Amino acid sequence: MQAQNPAAASALPKLPKSPTGIEGLDEITEGGLPLGRPTLICGSAGCGKTLMGIEFLVRGIQEFNEPGVLMAFEETVPELAANVASLGFDLKNLQAQKLLRVDHVHVDRSEIEETGEYDLDGLFIRLGYAIDSIGAKRVVLDTIEALFSGFPNQAVLRSEIRRLFRWLKDRGVTTVITAERGDGSLTRQGLEEYVSDCVILLDNRVIDQITTRRLRIVKYRGSTHGTNEYPYLITEDGISVLPVTSLRLEHEVSDQIDSSGIPALDEMFGRRGFYHGSSVLITGTAGTAKTTLGASFARKICQEGKRCLMFVFEESPQQLIRNMRSVGIDLAPFIENGLLHIEASRPTLNGLERHLVTIHRLVKELDPYAVVIDPITNLISVGNMAEVRSMLTRLIDFLKVSNITAVFTALVNTGVGRAEMTEEGVSSLVDTWVSVRDLEGVGERNRGLSILKSRGMAHSNQVREFIVTDHGIELLDVVIGPTGIVTGASRLTQQLAEHAQDLAAHQEAERRDRELERRRRVLEANIANLRTEFESVEEELRQITTHEQTRHQTLQSGKQRIAAANPPIQNPPAANPSGE
Amino acid sequence: MSEVIEEENPAETWELRLYVAGQTPKSVTALANLKKHCELHLKGRYKLEVIDLLVNPQLAEGDQILAIPTLVRKVPEPIRKIIGDLSNEERVLVGLDVRPALRD
Repeated sequence: MQAQNPAAASALPKLPKSPTGIEGLDEITEGGLPLGRPTLICGSAGCGKTLMGIEFLVRGIQEFNEPGVLMAFEETVPELAANVASLGFDLKNLQAQKLLRVDHVHVDRSEIEETGEYDLDGLFIRLGYAIDSIGAKRVVLDTIEALFSGFPNQAVLRSEIRRLFRWLKDRGVTTVITAERGDGSLTRQGLEEYVSDCVILLDNRVIDQITTRRLRIVKYRGSTHGTNEYPYLITEDGISVLPVTSLRLEHEVSDQIDSSGIPALDEMFGRRGFYHGSSVLITGTAGTAKTTLGASFARKICQEGKRCLMFVFEESPQQLIRNMRSVGIDLAPFIENGLLHIEASRPTLNGLERHLVTIHRLVKELDPYAVVIDPITNLISVGNMAEVRSMLTRLIDFLKVSNITAVFTALVNTGVGRAEMTEEGVSSLVDTWVSVRDLEGVGERNRGLSILKSRGMAHSNQVREFIVTDHGIELLDVVIGPTGIVTGASRLTQQLAEHAQDLAAHQEAERRDRELERRRRVLEANIANLRTEFESVEEELRQITTHEQTRHQTLQSGKQRIAAANPPIQNPPAANPSGE
Repeated sequence: MSEVIEEENPAETWELRLYVAGQTPKSVTALANLKKHCELHLKGRYKLEVIDLLVNPQLAEGDQILAIPTLVRKVPEPIRKIIGDLSNEERVLVGLDVRPALRD
């Protein structure tokens, strides 16, 4: 140790670490456990101390090619192998490959008589032999305090355990020691936590009948670390620690638009849909077709040939498919071609964290383009508000960072606290918030949809009535009555009234047209009459004129003839030419 | 403590194994003490095997040795272990379940 510590401090800017390979733990410890130093894992019964130790070894072998030694003081080798077989850890095989060595140390007080001075060199030799035989880099001592029950001389033990820690450091093996938690102290003996370089505290807490396991790093010499309590789970794949959120808000953003699957709803958004990678919250009271909206979105994504993941907490997949088919949304083909995956589970089946882990795991496995969770509010039945909120924060964060469009539905109560969780809880995290609600009017309920917020784009301010038809959701045009927007029967009445008015106006117009026509015809007839009259007068006048002219000509010619016969008279007695 | 040896089977041989780690003072003391006790109480009826774990570390696992020095009574059954330098004669005898020989 004396040689190692100054070297590590001066030569390396950062403490060298040994990655555990345990999901999430390396993030909290910023790289893993201190390399070549002892780490204490303490906790009460049933926390998974042994499991964490074994996983540290197995992951070390599988992922980092570091052989390991497990010295078990409490369980025998076959017991341990059987216990972790369900997690897919094949200890026997690893032992056969000389990558793992399991040594069961049996300590029985009744067999041992103490007389005179002794030390624990036997343990050191065994451990040293085990380490050397496979070239181990990692060592797990599963509950070292079992020694205290076997050896009565505490003073010797304490000094020997201190020597053991020093010895392990000198060997340069990364060691994990597990210990039971004591009253008021981290360990029963109050010893291990002081000689370990890193202490991880596991905790198993039951709140409202729901158990949550939590992990906290109590100390980590020479390194910064996450200081919070982090929930962790024991899953089928081992331990999974969930760091609450990524600390910074710096995820990539997309300018791409995803359609909601309902053209009329898209129209309500300034950019005709949601931004890709954003989170969309659909809130509504019971029976306001939230699931249908979610399913429409899922279908749209699948129709575009992209992968969609649906988590349903209320219905079985079959039920969902059947119900959605009744409104013309057929999801079955997408399930068959693998684009749609529906994961259904009862919220109460698991604790919140497990749901979160399931979601994480499936998202990682399937790499979906979009995720639909229906409904998030059901999760409240599993945990208290603060927990649910923290879980949802993490979930939304995770999906955002993964650039996955997420649609959540949430049930809100119509009662006093209208949007009890959504308003203060999730709504600030989501980018788009669509509210569907009952519009209860004269003796009937109708569904109305409005957009409460949509970050980064303009949106319609209207409450649109929508109906669920045989072929999906349809948004109706806005009908404005005397007192605002009207829906349902009122809308129909309004429409009828408007229709009647239209009809009456039309008829009136037609009547006026006809009247005009009639008048025109009368006038035209009059005009014709007048013209005829005029023509006859004209004719008459013309005749008179003609007669006049004829007479005049005749007279003229007669005068000429007379003039030809008689010499012209200077004072023509023209005044009475006929009087001649 | 001072009863006459009568029921004890004189044919039975005691198999004892002493685990040590090199020639440490404790190991040396233990071996010396053990020899003394055996000569006194089990004379001619015991077999003593000294195992140095520094030489044969793989043997530590078989007898579940943790402490050094450890004396293991293999025969007669059941197996008993005595740890320490065996300086306390009384406790060694109790631990080995040996009836002390009469001191004349």
